[in-house]
Amino acid sequence: MIREAAAPDSPRAVSAAKSGGALAAVARFFSIENRYLPPLFITLILLVGQVSFGVLESFTRTLLAIGTAVLFELVLARLVYRKWPVLASAYITGISVGILIRSPEYWPYALTAAIAITSKYVIRWRGRHLWNPSNFAISAMLLLAPEYIATLSIQWGNTIWPMLVVWVLGAFITWRVKRFHITATYVVSFVALAGVRTLITGHPFLAEVAPITGPMYQLYIFFMITDPKTTVKSKRGQMLVAFLVAVAELGFRLAQNVDAPYFALTVVGPIALAIDIWRSSRKPAQVKVANA
Amino acid sequence: MRIALVVLFAGLLATPLVIKRIAAHNKPSVPESGVLSRYGFQFQEVSKAAGIDFHHTAPHLDSKLQHIMPQVASMGAAVSIVDFDKDGWPDIYVTNSGEGSRNALYRNQHDGTFRDVAAEVGLADMNAPGTGVSMGAVWGDYDNDGFEDVLIYKWGKPELYHNDGGKHFTRVTEEAGLPAWVNANTAVWFDYDGDGKLDLFIGGYYPEDVDLWHLKNTKMMPESFEYAQNGGRKYLFHNLGGGRFEEVSEKMGISSRHWTLAAVAADLRGTGYPDLFVANDYGVSELYLNEGGKRFREAGRETGIGYAPKSGMSASVGDVFNDGRFGVYVSNISEEGILVQGNNLWMPKAGSTAADPHYENLANSMGVEMGGWSFGVQFGDLNNDGYEDLYVTNGNVSLDRNRSYWYDYSKVAGGNKAIISDAANWPPLEGRSLAGYQQKRVYLNDGSGQFKEVAQLVGVTDVYDGRSLVLVDLWNRGVLDAVVANQNGPLLVYKNTVSPDNHWIEFALEGTASNRSAIGAQVRVFWNGQQQVQEVSGGSGFCAQNDRALHFGLGKAMAVDRVEIRWPSGKTQTLAAPEVNQRHRIMEP
Repeated sequence: MIREAAAPDSPRAVSAAKSGGALAAVARFFSIENRYLPPLFITLILLVGQVSFGVLESFTRTLLAIGTAVLFELVLARLVYRKWPVLASAYITGISVGILIRSPEYWPYALTAAIAITSKYVIRWRGRHLWNPSNFAISAMLLLAPEYIATLSIQWGNTIWPMLVVWVLGAFITWRVKRFHITATYVVSFVALAGVRTLITGHPFLAEVAPITGPMYQLYIFFMITDPKTTVKSKRGQMLVAFLVAVAELGFRLAQNVDAPYFALTVVGPIALAIDIWRSSRKPAQVKVANA
Repeated sequence: MRIALVVLFAGLLATPLVIKRIAAHNKPSVPESGVLSRYGFQFQEVSKAAGIDFHHTAPHLDSKLQHIMPQVASMGAAVSIVDFDKDGWPDIYVTNSGEGSRNALYRNQHDGTFRDVAAEVGLADMNAPGTGVSMGAVWGDYDNDGFEDVLIYKWGKPELYHNDGGKHFTRVTEEAGLPAWVNANTAVWFDYDGDGKLDLFIGGYYPEDVDLWHLKNTKMMPESFEYAQNGGRKYLFHNLGGGRFEEVSEKMGISSRHWTLAAVAADLRGTGYPDLFVANDYGVSELYLNEGGKRFREAGRETGIGYAPKSGMSASVGDVFNDGRFGVYVSNISEEGILVQGNNLWMPKAGSTAADPHYENLANSMGVEMGGWSFGVQFGDLNNDGYEDLYVTNGNVSLDRNRSYWYDYSKVAGGNKAIISDAANWPPLEGRSLAGYQQKRVYLNDGSGQFKEVAQLVGVTDVYDGRSLVLVDLWNRGVLDAVVANQNGPLLVYKNTVSPDNHWIEFALEGTASNRSAIGAQVRVFWNGQQQVQEVSGGSGFCAQNDRALHFGLGKAMAVDRVEIRWPSGKTQTLAAPEVNQRHRIMEP
C-alpha cells in the first residue's frame, strides 16, 4: 500500500531511496500521499491494539464491517455515479465501525457499516453528505438497537505508553493532513469543560477527564471529527465547530448519556455543515449583485 | 435510483426493529398446557416454610471508601452444601459479611425444614471485627477421617476448621500454616497430584497487603477495567498430611496477580489430573493445565480462553452436549447499550486434544450469552430430561430504582491507570443503583445445542442482588433444588417440582485410596446411546460449592446401560445397569 501510494519521483522519495536503510524507509513513509495516511494510521491502531491488548470483539467481526463498507461503497458508487470509487474512506468507515462498536452478534457490524455507507448516498444536501458516516450509523444503532450493541469503552492495557504513542502519531498525521487544529481545539475544549462539569457535579476532575484517555476518543478525535467531507471549510469555522461539539457533549454528559460524544457530533456536525453549505451558496450571488 | 436508495436506507434502519420483533416472537411464553408439562419443572421459593430466615449484611469498610461503599462492599453472600454430620441429608452453610455478623449452618431436619446450628458447632462467629469478614466457604475432608472440614475464606484471615465427628468444629488455622491475611473471593479443594490428600487453591482479589478497614491510601482499586494485574496473589497449598500444608504456588507455576473471583478444578482433558480454570474480574481468564501433578502451565492464550478480557465473576463446568466432554461457563457483565461483554461458554473445539486443547466460545450460538451483571452460575439437570441446564444469578447493587450509577461508572472505568486505580477519583454513588433489580436467567438445554431462557416462567422471579448459587437435591427426592445467597438480601430456597415422567439416578461417592470426599472423581453414565460425565467438585460457581453427590437426569429412560467411575487415584470402576430413581452410595474399591 505504501509503495502504491508513494510518489516515486518526488525529491524527498528520491533522496530517501539514495540514503537507504531505515532512514530511507521512514522518509518514504512520510512522503506518501496524505489521503493514505489516515487509513494506514487506523490500521496501525487496529493491529497494535489487537495484538497487544485484544481490543476487538474479534477479527472476523471487524473484517465483516470492513468488507461490508467496501462492498456497499463499490456497489453504490457504480450504481449511482457509474464510477469506481476510491475506497480509503469506506475502509476507514468499516474499520472505525469494527473497532468502535461491541456486540456479541455479527449482524450489527455488517448493518452499521451498511447504514454508514448508504447514508453518504441518501442524506445529501447540495451535493454533500451531511453526517460523518460512521458517527451517523453508530448513533442510529445506539438509538435503534441498544440491546445488541455498546461502544468501545476500554483502555489500551494498563499503562500510559500505548496511549502516548497513538496520541503522538495521531497528532503528527492530523497535522500532515492539516486537521490538527480541529483535534487540538476539541481536546482543549473537552478538558476545560471537564472542569466545568466538575464545578457542576462536584465529581473529581480526573473522573471527568478520564474518558478522553481511552482508545475510543483516539479514534473519535483523529478520524471522526476531522473527516474532511463533513467538516466546514474555513479553519476558524472548523475550530468553532469542534468547540461546539465539545459544548454539546457537555450537555449530553450532564444528562448522564454514556454515548455523549457520538450524539454531540451527530447533532452539531450536520447543522454546522448545512449552515456552511448555505453560506457558500450565497456568496457567488452576493458577488454578482455587487458587480451589477 | 434515488427512490431505490431511500428504500434501501429505510430498510437498513428498520432492520433492528424487525430483529427485535422476531426475537420477541420467539421468546417462550406461559404455555396453555401449564409450566410443568411444558418445561418439565417448576420452582417455588420456600425458605420461610423450610425454617430459613437468613439475611446477608454487607461490610462497612474504611471511611475513605464511603462515597462508593455499596460498590466496593458488594460481595460476601455465599452458600455451600455439605453433609457435615454424615446423616445422608445435605446441610447448608451460609456466610455473612457485616462486622460481627454470624454465619449460619442449616442442619437438615429430614422433615422439609432446617435448623441453624452454627453457634452450637462453632461455625457462627467468623466475622469478628479485626479479623475481616467471610466471603465464602468450601468443604473437604483434608485429613480423610470421614467428616468434611471447612475452609472459610475472607477479606481477612482465612480460617480452617476441623470437623470433629460431625458434632463440633475446631479451629486449626495456625497448625495448617495458612497466611495471616488474604482478600480472597474463591477457594477450591482438589487433589492436584493424586496423592489421596486434598490440596487447596485460594485466589486473591484485592492485594493481600490491603486491609480494607485500615487503608493506607485510596490507590487500591484495579489499575485497569480489563487489563488489571495489581490484584491479590494466588495460593496453592499442598497437603503434607497431619493437618499441615505447604504453600507451593510459585514452585508449581501459579504466579498471577489478576483480580480473581472464581476458580473451578476439573479434569478438562481426560489426563487423570485436575486442571484449574480461573475467572478474573478486570481481565482475561486463566487456564492452568496440570502437567501430571508436577506443575501447572498457564495456557489461557494458546487455548483461546485467555484472549478477550472481560469481568469474570463465576465459573462452572458441565457436559452440555452429552458427549462426555466438559465445557466451562463464565459469567461476565452486560448492560444494554453500555457494556456488552456477554457470558462465555467455552467448549472444546473439534480436534482439541489433551496435549493441545483449544476452546471456542459458543455462548452466543447456544443462546446463553446475555445475562446481566452476572455472578453465580451452575450447571444441573433441572427437569431430569437428561441434559444439563444452566442457572445464572444477576444483579450488582440495587439502591434507588430510578437513578443509575452506570454513567459515572463507565466514565472512570475507561480511564487510564492513574485515574481508575485511585478510589478517590471514583464519583460518589449517592444512593444510585448499578445494574440493580435484575432478573435471573434459567437456561433450559434442549439437547440439540440450544438453550431457552425460562426463569420467569418457572418461578425464578426474584430481583435481589444474586451472588452465590448452589444446585442440590435438598430433600433426597431425585430433583435439583436451588439455594441462592443474595448480597444485602435473604437466602432463597427454590424447591423444585419435576415432572414424574422423567427419571434420574444419583451417586454419593466416598474415596479410600483417593481423598474421602471423592473430590475429582468422574462419573460417566451411559444410556440410550449417549453419555454424560460429571465430576465431584471442591468448589465452583461464585463463592459456592454444590453437594458432592452427583445428580443425573435420564429423561424417559427406565434404565441405564452402565456407569463408569474414575477415581482420583486412577482406579476405574464399572457399575452394570444400576437401578434408576435411586441414590447409590459407592465406596472406592
